[in-house]
Amino acid sequence: MYAFDYHKPSSVADAIAVLKKADDGTFVAGGMTLIPTLKQRLAQPSDLIDLGGVKELVGITVSGNTVTIGAMTTHAAVAKSAEVAKAIPALAALAGGIGDPQVRNRGTIGGSVANNDPAADYPAACLALGATIKTDKREVKADDFFTGLFETDLAEDEVIVSVSFPTADKAAYMKFDNPASRYALVGVFVAKTAGGAKVAVTGAGQNGVFRVPEMEKALSANWSADAVAGLKVNAGTLNADIHASADYRAHLITVMAKRAVAAAG
Amino acid sequence: MPDGGTGIGAAVKRVEDKRFLTGRGNYTDDINRPGQTYAYILRSPHAHAKINKIDTSAATSAPGIVAVFTGADMQVGSIPCGWQIHSKDGSPMHEPAHPPLAQGKVRCVGDQVAIVIADSYSQAKDAAEKIVVDYTPLPAVVDMSKALSGKTLVHDEIGTNLCYDWAIGDEALTDAAFAKAAHVTKIDIVNNRLIPNAMEPRAAIGEYDQATGEYTLYTTSQNPHVIRLLMGAFVLSIPEHKLRVVAPDVGGGFGSKIFHYAEEAIVTWASSRVRRPIKWTADRSEAFMSDAHGRDHVTHAELAMDSEGKFLALKVDTKANMGAYLSTFASSVPTYLYATLLAGVYTTPVIYCNVKAVFTNTIPVDAYRGAGRPEASYLLERLVDRAARELGLSQADIRRRNFIPTDAFPYQTPVALQYDSGNYTATLDSAQKAADVDGFAARRKASEARGKRRGLGYSTYVEACGIAPSAVVGSLGARAGLYESAEVRVHPTGSVTVFTGSHSHGQGHETTFAQLVSEKLGMPMENIEISHGDTNKVQFGMGTYGSRSLAVGGEAIVKALDKVIAKAKKIAAHIMEASDSDIEFKDGVFTVAGTDKTLPFGQVALTAYVPHNFPHQELEPGLDEKAFYDPLNFTFPGGCHICEVEVDPDTGVVTVERMTAVDDVGRVVNPMIVAGQIHGGLAQGIGQALLEGCVYDEDGQLLTGSYMDYTMPRADNLPSFSVGTETTLCTHNSLGVKGCGEVGAIGSPPSVINAVVDALWDLGVRDVKMPASPQVVWAAINSARPAAAAE
Repeated sequence: MYAFDYHKPSSVADAIAVLKKADDGTFVAGGMTLIPTLKQRLAQPSDLIDLGGVKELVGITVSGNTVTIGAMTTHAAVAKSAEVAKAIPALAALAGGIGDPQVRNRGTIGGSVANNDPAADYPAACLALGATIKTDKREVKADDFFTGLFETDLAEDEVIVSVSFPTADKAAYMKFDNPASRYALVGVFVAKTAGGAKVAVTGAGQNGVFRVPEMEKALSANWSADAVAGLKVNAGTLNADIHASADYRAHLITVMAKRAVAAAG
Repeated sequence: MPDGGTGIGAAVKRVEDKRFLTGRGNYTDDINRPGQTYAYILRSPHAHAKINKIDTSAATSAPGIVAVFTGADMQVGSIPCGWQIHSKDGSPMHEPAHPPLAQGKVRCVGDQVAIVIADSYSQAKDAAEKIVVDYTPLPAVVDMSKALSGKTLVHDEIGTNLCYDWAIGDEALTDAAFAKAAHVTKIDIVNNRLIPNAMEPRAAIGEYDQATGEYTLYTTSQNPHVIRLLMGAFVLSIPEHKLRVVAPDVGGGFGSKIFHYAEEAIVTWASSRVRRPIKWTADRSEAFMSDAHGRDHVTHAELAMDSEGKFLALKVDTKANMGAYLSTFASSVPTYLYATLLAGVYTTPVIYCNVKAVFTNTIPVDAYRGAGRPEASYLLERLVDRAARELGLSQADIRRRNFIPTDAFPYQTPVALQYDSGNYTATLDSAQKAADVDGFAARRKASEARGKRRGLGYSTYVEACGIAPSAVVGSLGARAGLYESAEVRVHPTGSVTVFTGSHSHGQGHETTFAQLVSEKLGMPMENIEISHGDTNKVQFGMGTYGSRSLAVGGEAIVKALDKVIAKAKKIAAHIMEASDSDIEFKDGVFTVAGTDKTLPFGQVALTAYVPHNFPHQELEPGLDEKAFYDPLNFTFPGGCHICEVEVDPDTGVVTVERMTAVDDVGRVVNPMIVAGQIHGGLAQGIGQALLEGCVYDEDGQLLTGSYMDYTMPRADNLPSFSVGTETTLCTHNSLGVKGCGEVGAIGSPPSVINAVVDALWDLGVRDVKMPASPQVVWAAINSARPAAAAE
């Protein structure tokens, strides 16, 4: 790890002010990606601005048909929230399946969404549920937010405040673990929403999380596992690595989609 | 010692666990010496490159820097190999130079290029980034076939990548038997390369005492005396009396800490240059790219049988990866620890095995838990499994037809070894019962009802531990003896310190060895201390590997204990005014036979050191005895492992539903520790079969350089194990012990893969490669389906 100046502001405004003053500052939320990156000397920020002291970013509220999760809310808090479990059980289950207990108690939804790791779980939920990402400046639809591998629509000095998820009639997330890292080798989030069925895939796409319109169309017409059984994502758009070829990932997307629909009921 | 005691056979809780589990262990990195500096080793990012120039000027002037050394500074001896193999044409193996710091060329990613020594570790690391190494990258060779056929040479000076071309057995007799065979089963096998991953990364502290000229090396070693010999005599030319090697608590080795590594020599050498102690501790990434790896064999094998499935002959052709340099025992692993085991538990009368050892631009490959025997058992048990399927025999039947009968021991195999004892039918019977083989059909049906496949796999294996005797291994090329030494020091008040040349790095020796003392001297565990790991304390030692500690090290302790008892009896006889021959010793008390005259052991110990009433004309004062023990033979643990898996054909996921191991490890001193050793071995065996696999790309870059890509077994990958023992005693040591450290890793991998193949056989799958990851299994199912349809 290289040396850096550490700050722990108590408000979003202060955090942004500190960042603007820094040569090459960076926000840290739970640090589940950034800290290992720093330890491996793969990043050298001048300043680390810890959002852990910003209380306004923590908390879960359910109002009407919307679940709003503060950006600094940990995965563990989402996983054990009775309100989330009641409103969108698939979201609570997804949070409970991220990483391991240590990660779930440090990692945050804001950090996960801002980092947009192509194998992270939350981005799939955001796309399939049609979430809205609220920042200190604006509100962005999930479909517009995730722009590529580790890339989002977020400006450098912009802070995610919360993520709001509309409830769904039915939803489920099925993750197939990378055997080594246990990140999603393929994760499929399916949701039956007022605006039709949505299917989002993480872990597999060359450009990160993506939706599968053919499956959405099929499920909108017929919400059943059989409806997606014959549909396959083009392997040419998928990742290949030592753990899974693109063909295997394409196959797993279909299998996980079927299982997710079955699990959603 | 009765049940519930602390002698042989008692499940005594491990005395060392209190300090390990409460964070009070004393590992190399916990040691801090006055004036200590910290080292960072700059390593090669290239698998193969010429070093044109190294510019250390910016690094040398960086803050906190004490010194920077490169290969140009460190002109010392070559890191030696401990076993010389001769090729079948009689020529000695090629032993290219292995310099601790690279001399003009790097030959694998991770090769040591420079040492940066600073007041702090981060200063050393910062300065290392300022070193400019001008490399000319060269083509790398990773694949063994390409290494043998291509033009790229790992070591230009030897003109070939073939280290040796060795053979064992009679090829002509083997070919003749094949000519008469009713059936021949053929198989191609890859034994996957593994990265050991001990919990504690390697570390070393070098220290030089200017006043005395003595060096001390604290290191994460399984055998400190061996390191003293290899580094002192061959690399740095430091005589034993000026070199102390300490291997304190060591957090796992699995073989990877047997070897003499460059970093040990570098910090020891440099400590006399900078006149300050130097600590180096590997981080996890460094461990992945600098610890010797294991396995990595590619084999074609053929088994000739008569029409009844009786084995007539076995022919094996193996290529074994040595990596870029010959590590300490690398050359012996695919030869005398592998091909000599190819008879297995079977009466195959003729066997021929050819082994080509190959240099590649990868980390050196050496012994890893099992070392050669897992490669042999995997090959044989996959071959036998296939043969049974081809002949329509059951897996148990084909094995029973070919087992070495219980009354045939001692049994001379056609590949040099003579097994002293075993009962392979008993371990198979017992394992079948424990595995509820009879209930398998119903369980398979239940799995199929859920859309899953279920399979059962067998492995009946034998292995060879406690490699010995010295005279024989010497004739086969070993450059060391393979005995062990012990000292039993009885203190004046009757407590005992045992100094053993074995080294415990998780095995529980402090408990098991103390139980031997408790049994023999009839004293409580708290009066016994087991000391190991320091060349200044322990007279000599060959260390711990190859499941040798109890069978060799323990026997040395027993020999020393017997000497203590013999002397103590004479002292007791003198005190009680009786004849030596009338003295009996039991449960810590000396008795004059047929009388009520008794004397406790402590009283005799005190008399030995306060010798007022003492047989001075016959004995010297004191009660402190040493022994060296050189075994007459290897020991031969064996057994049967039965694995039951469920496979999800939609995803390729394999779940180990049941793992049953019934092993014959000889007499069991501590059943809890034996069970623990077998559990650990099974975890690593299942790890090899389903999870672990080292992958290099074709440029020699390590793709599995962290836990993000290298799959270590975790608790949820494993079922609750069923382990048991069926005992036959070793006939050539007094304890009757065989060894238990490696059996789990040796016996289990073929049982797992045989189970996966069993689950998928009806789909047309004929082989599944290790590690049978979901992708591998799915691909096997996918590529088999058309073939099955065509059959």
